[in-house]
Amino acid sequence: MERDIILEVRDLGKSFGGIKAIDSLYLSLKRGELLGIIGPNGSGKSTLVNIISGFLKPDKGKVLYKGLDITGMSPYKIANMGLVRSFQFIRPFYKIPVYKNVVISLCSERVKRLKGGKFGRRDEVAIDLLEELGFERDSRLLYKQTSELPHGYLRRVELARCIALNPELLILDEILSGMSKPEVASIIPIIKKLNEQGLSIIMVEHRIKELFQLAHRVVVLNFGRKIADSTPDKVVQDKMVKSAYLGKAEIKINFWR
Amino acid sequence: MKRKERIDRGIKARCDDIYALLSLKEISYVVAPKVCFVLFILTIPLLKCFLGYYWERVFYLATLMAILAISWELLSYIGLISLGQAFVFGVGAYTSGILNINFHMPVLLSILLASVFGALICTLILFPASKIRGIYFAMITLCIPMFFSKMIEATEIFGGTSGISGVSSINNYYVEMYLAAFMLIGAFFCLRRLMSTDFGLLIRGIKDNEFSLMASGINIYKIKFFVIFLSSALGCFAGACMCHYYQFVGISAFSLDYSIIPLSCAILGGVDGFAGSLLGAFIVCPLSEMLRGFGTLRIVIYSILLIIFILLVPEGLFSYISRKYHQLERWKEI
Repeated sequence: MERDIILEVRDLGKSFGGIKAIDSLYLSLKRGELLGIIGPNGSGKSTLVNIISGFLKPDKGKVLYKGLDITGMSPYKIANMGLVRSFQFIRPFYKIPVYKNVVISLCSERVKRLKGGKFGRRDEVAIDLLEELGFERDSRLLYKQTSELPHGYLRRVELARCIALNPELLILDEILSGMSKPEVASIIPIIKKLNEQGLSIIMVEHRIKELFQLAHRVVVLNFGRKIADSTPDKVVQDKMVKSAYLGKAEIKINFWR
Repeated sequence: MKRKERIDRGIKARCDDIYALLSLKEISYVVAPKVCFVLFILTIPLLKCFLGYYWERVFYLATLMAILAISWELLSYIGLISLGQAFVFGVGAYTSGILNINFHMPVLLSILLASVFGALICTLILFPASKIRGIYFAMITLCIPMFFSKMIEATEIFGGTSGISGVSSINNYYVEMYLAAFMLIGAFFCLRRLMSTDFGLLIRGIKDNEFSLMASGINIYKIKFFVIFLSSALGCFAGACMCHYYQFVGISAFSLDYSIIPLSCAILGGVDGFAGSLLGAFIVCPLSEMLRGFGTLRIVIYSILLIIFILLVPEGLFSYISRKYHQLERWKEI
């Protein structure tokens, strides 16, 4: 039972000033599961991702990855353990050719360890990977400066950068936002395929329709608390979720607290 | 009527890859600038009888400043704009002087050890500051050399204000000149090579975006440490050479000049694969010597010339020249 759980978050708390971004949150993820996390703006989704991936230190609580306590570890160590995240505001390396973004991931300790020393040529591996993600091998696009790339492609490069690390748990922070419908339609099968290959995925998303098609389980956050944790079709009917999104004021905010 | 016509549009594309080996023309197009540069550095020490001792010395100082400028530029690649290369320079000079006077080391050994141990000292001090960047790092590095010179002044360690004199010099003129020259050539080509490898990619990635690099599982602290160490070692080498050249080291080694010169070299030449700052050093140093005849007006004229340069060629002299080199043009009657 324990070995099935890849990620566990226990009693996590984080506040910025007086605002509780995450408030005693419990979460667990089985191996091979695709978990969706949704919630209105400011509900603490990105904070959660940042804490899990090591970019923020929590005030209290623990993050367990494969049974190991990774709370407060350096981001690069966490990434080398196979817990890889993408960024919501994409942060590619702008001044280098597109495929070199992926080469950077291939230089990491993890890839060296898994593939054993120097494997093949990094450039070719990177281009192979990008081809799988829908870039054309011989198009000039791959060799352009990254800053010239359109937004949808940047997202795809970001995804490639993550996959290149050969992750066991992938956290996609709003990978679909800002993409056009055809772009979304082309990237969803890729995510589905990765998941079917046994990769555990957490998707933080605002595009609820697409997410609910993909996710096995959905967690809804509001004001740093978990208000629902269930299968997609049950979450849709949840009263609390509706009120959180549509603002039927069951939860009152006291400004004068 | 005349207009400009591009003579050879394709040559840059043809020389981009291994195809450059196809013909002698392409090979020489790629290799010529590098050969010219190496020949220039190597022949100048031989021209002693034509140039005279004074200009040989100016050239020597220019070489050291070029090494210092390269070390500055290396730091700038990981996004650290240093206003305190004088610190690295001074630490190198003092370490070498102390090793030579107090521990009776031979000159060449003390230069070598000063480069290594001086670089360690500098790295230990600069590395904690490397978490901040941009203007904040610049402010801190501006303060560090001042702190050291004032500390030496106040506590009177290392000879206090009178400095350490009687440091032995490299007796052989050619050894002295070629040590610096080969160091410059070696550092220049090795660093250019380094920047074009995958490791160089990671170095440039730090400037672009640290977070993404960390999320890719790269230990950026290791890379930063390595780069700071490498840059400090180069700076310390320059300082050590200078110390043995003057046979004296004092708190002037921490003076603002040595912080500003690498900066102005880089601005004049352009930050472009180390060649810019190198070219800049070989313009700035002789220029400031040539202006000595103007007495106190020297700095004024020097500054005005620098400003004119920056206004006319804002991309940097080297970037300008290399752009023109890749766009062969001629005037054509129409």
